[in-house]
Amino acid sequence: MAHGPAKGLSRWLFTTNHKDIGTMYLWFSFAMFFLGGIFALVIRAELFEPGLQIVQPEIFNQMTTMHGLIMVFGAVMPAFVGLANWLIPMMVGAPDMALPRMNNWSFWILPFAFTMLVSTLFMEGGGPNFGWTFYAPLSTTYAPPSVTFFIFAVHIMGASSIMGSINIIATIFNMRAPGMTLMKMPLFVWTWLITAYLLIAVMPVLAGVVTMMLMDIHFGTSFFDAAGGGDPVLFQHVFWFFGHPEVYIMILPAFGIVSAIIPTFARKPLFGYSSMVYATASIAFLSFIVWAHHMFTVGMPIAGELFFMYATMLIAVPTGVKVFNWVTTMFRGSMTFETPMLFSIAFVILFTIGGFSGLMLAIAPADFQYHDTYFVVAHFHYVLVPGAIFSITAAVYYWLPKWCGNMYSEIMGKTHFWVAFIGLNLTFFPMHFVGLAGMQRRVPDYNQFFADFNQISSMGAFLFGAAQLLFLYNVISTIVKGKKATDEVWENPEGLEWTVPSPAPYHTFSVPPEVR
Amino acid sequence: MLNIAIRPCAWLLSPAALMTLSSLSLADEAERSSINMPKGVTPVSLDIYGLHMDIFWWCVAIGIVVFGVMFYSMIVHRKSNGAKAANFHESTVLEVLWTVIPFAILIIMAWPATKSLIKLYDASESDIDIVVTGYQWKWKYEYFGQEVSFFSNLSTPQDQIQNLAPKGEHYLLEVDEHLVVPIKKKIRFLITSNDVIHAWWVPSLAVKKDAVPGYVNESWAYIEEPGIYRGVCAELCGKDHGFMPIVVEAVDDATYNTWLADRREAAKQLKALAKQTFTLDELIVRGEKVYGTACMACHGANGEGGVGKAIAGSPIANGPLAEHLDMVVNGSQQNALMAAFGGQLSEVDLAAVITFQRNRFGNSAGDLVQPVDVLKFKQGK
Repeated sequence: MAHGPAKGLSRWLFTTNHKDIGTMYLWFSFAMFFLGGIFALVIRAELFEPGLQIVQPEIFNQMTTMHGLIMVFGAVMPAFVGLANWLIPMMVGAPDMALPRMNNWSFWILPFAFTMLVSTLFMEGGGPNFGWTFYAPLSTTYAPPSVTFFIFAVHIMGASSIMGSINIIATIFNMRAPGMTLMKMPLFVWTWLITAYLLIAVMPVLAGVVTMMLMDIHFGTSFFDAAGGGDPVLFQHVFWFFGHPEVYIMILPAFGIVSAIIPTFARKPLFGYSSMVYATASIAFLSFIVWAHHMFTVGMPIAGELFFMYATMLIAVPTGVKVFNWVTTMFRGSMTFETPMLFSIAFVILFTIGGFSGLMLAIAPADFQYHDTYFVVAHFHYVLVPGAIFSITAAVYYWLPKWCGNMYSEIMGKTHFWVAFIGLNLTFFPMHFVGLAGMQRRVPDYNQFFADFNQISSMGAFLFGAAQLLFLYNVISTIVKGKKATDEVWENPEGLEWTVPSPAPYHTFSVPPEVR
Repeated sequence: MLNIAIRPCAWLLSPAALMTLSSLSLADEAERSSINMPKGVTPVSLDIYGLHMDIFWWCVAIGIVVFGVMFYSMIVHRKSNGAKAANFHESTVLEVLWTVIPFAILIIMAWPATKSLIKLYDASESDIDIVVTGYQWKWKYEYFGQEVSFFSNLSTPQDQIQNLAPKGEHYLLEVDEHLVVPIKKKIRFLITSNDVIHAWWVPSLAVKKDAVPGYVNESWAYIEEPGIYRGVCAELCGKDHGFMPIVVEAVDDATYNTWLADRREAAKQLKALAKQTFTLDELIVRGEKVYGTACMACHGANGEGGVGKAIAGSPIANGPLAEHLDMVVNGSQQNALMAAFGGQLSEVDLAAVITFQRNRFGNSAGDLVQPVDVLKFKQGK
């Protein structure tokens, strides 16, 4: 009944196997992570000292734009979908995803989308240069001609995400092993279920806003053109109605990962499982009613300003609950600090720091000083890099032995962690200071007053980049020559994925397992 | 400084550090901290600074508790210390407590924030109104009802930006024309844009408002102390987003009134100038200056082009004068990036820069444009 993978390239082109597709998503995201990282290093190299050295402003703006787009849509989101593909069927005791052919399709359109997006850099007039938030009219009337390709690429990415989400929801609702009730699901499955709903709700909004742009650019409409009776602020409302849930899309699965790893290495069950589920759902709900906190300086009426301030502050409550639960899980545990645990602990600490600056940004009057400065850059990198990137890294170290059957080298893993940890803080911590001191974001040059901290940031960025090369080396050497891992891998980990052999066979749970 | 950056925990110590680190300043320059928000010189900015520090200390306090428990566990409850894992995993009391306490803290913070916001939003009953218009990449200031209006451009030379000359103290934070305002008057800023979205931000005044085409946003400042306050455009607005600073010069009432009278006089003279006839050399000297502030960013120092088309050898600069006038005065119909300069430059400056473009960079149209020609063109000939 069970049969192995096909041979050669066709295995990957035509595969409907959730493990193959998960692997492809993960490698694709890894490649995009390096590409987005190179763009980031161009930015940091230019900002190493005042004056224009490496690139001129036109190129610099394309770098900031592409860095954001590639990291959000190319690195973080596909990585989480890849993890979902690998893990969700195994975690719920299903033989595969519910819609395997669509699974293949939702992956394989991505390389085309990103090839198109990156190719704009070589087009006449350059690539997108209006920031990853592409505010109109800079992205419409004043955009380079390549913007049309950008719009098409975003459409494809959106289609991919929606298909991925439908697949995940269908799998979770229809394919759970008998006895696996909703409140017995691992938190990673729960957080992904909620994330998938967020994606289905907001990706069409993104598609809508880029379509309105397309209309404005090519078909003479004036959705966002004040001269034609349109409204540039409307763009921001629609964009952030997508954009704010989007940032939770990039963090909720991370909550699930950390909630799996911390109990394993604290040797103690997760504290407050059900409150974790409710907190995740509350965060997801609140994410829909806070979008305009990205627009406090746009000239909203005071009632709107107050509403969005209060709603935003409220998010601190469920997020706090999560952090307190993780800390209490560690409390009176029996802790060891393997690489996945180190990344997870760093996640909790640094994500909390990002949460603090988030709370500060929520205070609308203070936001008038923070808005569009490096303080904001520091804030969202503190939630996204330790949040999304560290959790994905933790997940790779935690589940890699299950995926490939080999154990990674603990010394190399820990080296990776410390270099990345130091690099990250060197890069992003000083940004709080320059931001508060008055440096605005998205500029290629600055006054000498900000030079010291920018120099530290740039050095940190290159260190962080080097750490990721170590990561790549660790992953490859584990797959190629790592020591054989046991089936359990860790000491008494929880979850169905640990009950199958290492490496996980091509087909798992062809017969549903028993769940107590 | 390295130490501050390496360890996030050091963040907790930074306010102490900032008191010792805050930089020395020139007499008329506002003091700046290199690691914290400026207190500023308006009642609103002081309010905001207070809120900022309050919420910061709340975060520090919560951080100490959370990270305290966490590090205690990590040190004491480790397997290598022989710690045996407990098995508790639920407590409704705890969950309720750590929902209610943060909620209470939020209410404590929301109250003063609301009060400050209401104050910040009350731009009514102003003494002076100034219309601020964002352009790619400069600011225009109009003193409402005073017949004074001018553009304010970056004055940092290209040589400094391209690292050919040492950078001055106010590198990228200096402009040719300061926005001069009186102290102890309620100044209302009416902020809008001519092209894309910009944001007018002066940290010491705690004024940051987006300049949105088609909207007029309000903000205000009541400056307590005379001084020079520097700011920047905060919203990405294209290529030279980082190169359109703001300089506000706050002076006493008498100085302000003298300045205003001088500006009015200068505006009159400029109008008179438009009726004069200039020689080719006069126009070219003036035109070169205008080119530097208005055209060079896109068309290059030698007219070689860049974001904009090349002017050297261009069919427009070497073709019929009417088309050249049309392009500069009305902008391009095909490309929004080529703005209409008819409203941005005076007739004299328009005449000068067009003459300059037609006779330099190897262009040899050879003709010369007088301000009166420009005026006639604007009036439809």
